[in-house]
Amino acid sequence: MNIRELPTREVTINACKLCNPLGASLVFRGIEGAVPLLHGSQGCATYIRRYLISHFKEPIDIASSNFSESSTIFGGGPKLKQALKNVIDQYQPTFIGIATTCLSETIGDDLQLILDEFNREYRAPGKPLLVTVSTPSYQGSHIDGFHDTVRAVIEQVATGGPKKNMVSIFPGMVSAADLRLLKEVLTDFGLDFLVLPDYSETMDGGMWDTYQKIAPGGASVDKIRAAGRSKAVIQLGRTVRKQQNAAEYLKERFGVESYQLGLPVGIRETDRLMQTLAVITGNDIPQKYQEERGRLIDAYVDAHKYLFGKKAAIYGEPDLVLGIAIFLAEVGVVPVICATGARTGKLGDELRCLLPELEGEITVAEGIDFDDIRTLVERVQPDLLIGNSKGYPLSRQSGIPLIRVGFPIHDRIGGQRILHLGYRGTQHLFDQIVNELIRARQDRSPIGWSYM
Amino acid sequence: MKVLEGRKKQVFRKGETPFEIDCEKQSLAGSVSQRACVFCGSRVVLYPIADAVHLVHGPAGCAAYTWDIRGALSSGPELHRLSFTTDLREQEVIHGGESKLYQGLIQLIDRYHPKAAFVYGTCIVGVIGDDVEAVCKKVSALKGIPVIPVHSEGFKGTKKDGYKAACTALMRLIGRGRTDGISKYSVNILGDYNLAGEIWIIKDYYRRMGVEVVAGITGDGRVEEIERAHGAALNLVQCSGSMNYLAQLMKEKYGIPSLQVSYFGFEDMAEALYGVARHFNDAEMMKRTQELVRDEIQAIYPKLLEYRKALAGKKAAIYVGGAFKAFSLVKALRLLGMDVAVVGSQTGSKQDYQLLKELCDEGTIIVDDSNPLELSHFIREKNVSLFIGGVKERPIAYKLGIGFCDHNHERKVALAGFVGMLNFAEEVYQSVMSPVWQFIPRPKQSVPMGGVQDEYSRTANP
Ligand code: SF4
Ligand code: SF4
Repeated sequence: MNIRELPTREVTINACKLCNPLGASLVFRGIEGAVPLLHGSQGCATYIRRYLISHFKEPIDIASSNFSESSTIFGGGPKLKQALKNVIDQYQPTFIGIATTCLSETIGDDLQLILDEFNREYRAPGKPLLVTVSTPSYQGSHIDGFHDTVRAVIEQVATGGPKKNMVSIFPGMVSAADLRLLKEVLTDFGLDFLVLPDYSETMDGGMWDTYQKIAPGGASVDKIRAAGRSKAVIQLGRTVRKQQNAAEYLKERFGVESYQLGLPVGIRETDRLMQTLAVITGNDIPQKYQEERGRLIDAYVDAHKYLFGKKAAIYGEPDLVLGIAIFLAEVGVVPVICATGARTGKLGDELRCLLPELEGEITVAEGIDFDDIRTLVERVQPDLLIGNSKGYPLSRQSGIPLIRVGFPIHDRIGGQRILHLGYRGTQHLFDQIVNELIRARQDRSPIGWSYM
Repeated sequence: MKVLEGRKKQVFRKGETPFEIDCEKQSLAGSVSQRACVFCGSRVVLYPIADAVHLVHGPAGCAAYTWDIRGALSSGPELHRLSFTTDLREQEVIHGGESKLYQGLIQLIDRYHPKAAFVYGTCIVGVIGDDVEAVCKKVSALKGIPVIPVHSEGFKGTKKDGYKAACTALMRLIGRGRTDGISKYSVNILGDYNLAGEIWIIKDYYRRMGVEVVAGITGDGRVEEIERAHGAALNLVQCSGSMNYLAQLMKEKYGIPSLQVSYFGFEDMAEALYGVARHFNDAEMMKRTQELVRDEIQAIYPKLLEYRKALAGKKAAIYVGGAFKAFSLVKALRLLGMDVAVVGSQTGSKQDYQLLKELCDEGTIIVDDSNPLELSHFIREKNVSLFIGGVKERPIAYKLGIGFCDHNHERKVALAGFVGMLNFAEEVYQSVMSPVWQFIPRPKQSVPMGGVQDEYSRTANP
């Protein structure tokens, strides 16, 4: 495994990451009746909304405490309290998720203090649950904001008690389609469950006949409360650090049996999830999934010659990169570049441990931007790029086809419906990848066969 | 629906209440404003300058959200489509980011050889106290190009203040170049950002009239052209929000008069050309202009009438950045036979709203700095079939099953010029007349008896 030295540039060129409050907002949008509120200037909230909307194509309201110049001098407390009142007034939420921004962190606003004051002053009935999370972007990136927020919600809402026949699962930053798939799997295992966050409906719902102040759907607060009584909890994502891992918290605080698994992409990682669920429930893996798995292996066999020895560059959220790398390796494609704008410090170790056979063939880069990815790509000339739509300029320039996965997908419809997880998601990715390679070969061929 | 108490004065209904609208206020804390920040205002104005480096000094987010998001085209270099940021980390937040900024600027200038560099201050820079001005001065002296700080800390006002900061920055470029050889019939185009190549359309009209365009500010912008802008005889100002201030500064400093124009819709487009011909008071030019306008309109009018036939009588809502654009849209929609039931802007002034009020029909709702809840309520109340807005408004319209036309900075279709009016009509037509709306669940009372359901049963059982 070659761990790439970080660039010596002082400037980030075309960042391969977003900022922490974006991750926080997404998590809050996956909770029933919740409104995200960013404590800082107006711009951050508006930009983040715009960015999320361009991917999900859904209305996304994110409130802001709207700092003025005097807030930066005397503190943003009064603005935050006013914002809370106004959000409650207009939206009647059952939950407000408050995330900080670079600005409120830098001036050192103490959220707890402000909220204590608010709680003393605001006496009207129907006060929503208030949850806070610290998300300074100079300390991480959107994926940190995401995990930190899941953990903050669990820490501040979950309670203990006698165990229930329920499983909690923290899927990480996956698509709306992925969330639906996970819920289907849990249902098929006959389980009561919490998936947190669950923006499968709130960020990918049907039409409305009247405008909904808060999109319907999301993980219910009751379920989140009950998380401490789960009989088991699963954190998906191998690069999630211990301090960010909400499953780990439930284990330490309430003694819930806890697992940390990879994103279920590919046969091996999906098998691990299925087996874990079988162990937890004592049930067999439902027939349906055995069949899906069978079909997937059948497809692997049908197409194996088109894939063997091909090279792919993967970039994006660290756990998606890892999941796809593991999947590609099992069909004979070498994930020659595994890159992320995040800094987990774990991506290289995980790859080394899970794909020892590829030692020396993978370049791992954390904290990287698209300018560096381009340098790497020029050097190794992969056959495929796999990642979000922000790699399109690179794909266009280099002529290397791009398979769109993850977030954001700003240049196509349906980014929220891309299925990556489970045997079914893998099947979908697999077909796309094989066909893209076949297409490239067909286009290059002077004969232009119309059969494989 | 409740309009937030503090916002009541930012909504006006023509014919129902005496005219009084509060605008140019900071957005209320906790309302989900469609506005962005000071930085956003500066960034959109300066962004199209394609041979300059635009470095966002701050944490990575502010820059990441503005990477290649606008359709501002360049006929040459494309430096503006790259996103540069100092990506401040905790260390710099504590100890200051000046040395990172200095090093970063040097590295970028050495690598890209830009004609100028703009450094945008974001919120955090405003509180950690970096002396951006001093760093810029030092780099400028070392590298021999203008390095210009843009004071765009997000919290220091509204998007409009960002426009001002951008204008101030532009004034530091203007006046540096030589002005010999510039025609006495010459203009600068202010406030067109060459979205989808619009400034090329406009420049072509002026060329055909015999008018020299000295600088596009900032559409398809080049540093050297902007540096000569003070040699032009007239400033044409589109989009009252962003560039009035620059026109004012240029008038004070260089005595250049200015003309307010809009390039949207037949009426305003033609007036933008006639106004220039009148200003130069040249009979030949006026004749050429009349011919041009006639030719252009003749070429597309018949097609436009077809669209009008389908669209006449349908209702529309408008919510855009600048109020001036709203005026043109009201007129353009009228040309298509449509009624404007709701109209608003993010940054209009009292005067703008007064004008809007005069332009609109009785019952029209006029709003300043609105939010999704209000907007959705108004479009439902008025039962419009078209919403014109930006990317943040689109999902509101779509969720409620209403046609939409993007009139903001991400559009890929040219809407300016005569041909732009046709493109606009086509886009409106394609959205409003699409068959998909038949599947939208409508609230009970507004579905006429014998609606969609019946249609189906008829086809199923002939
Ligand atoms: S930090 Fe300030 S400058 Fe950056 S997006 Fe937020 S409000 Fe705008
Ligand atoms: S200031 Fe921080 S939180 Fe706000 S947009 Fe910039 S990076 Fe994100």
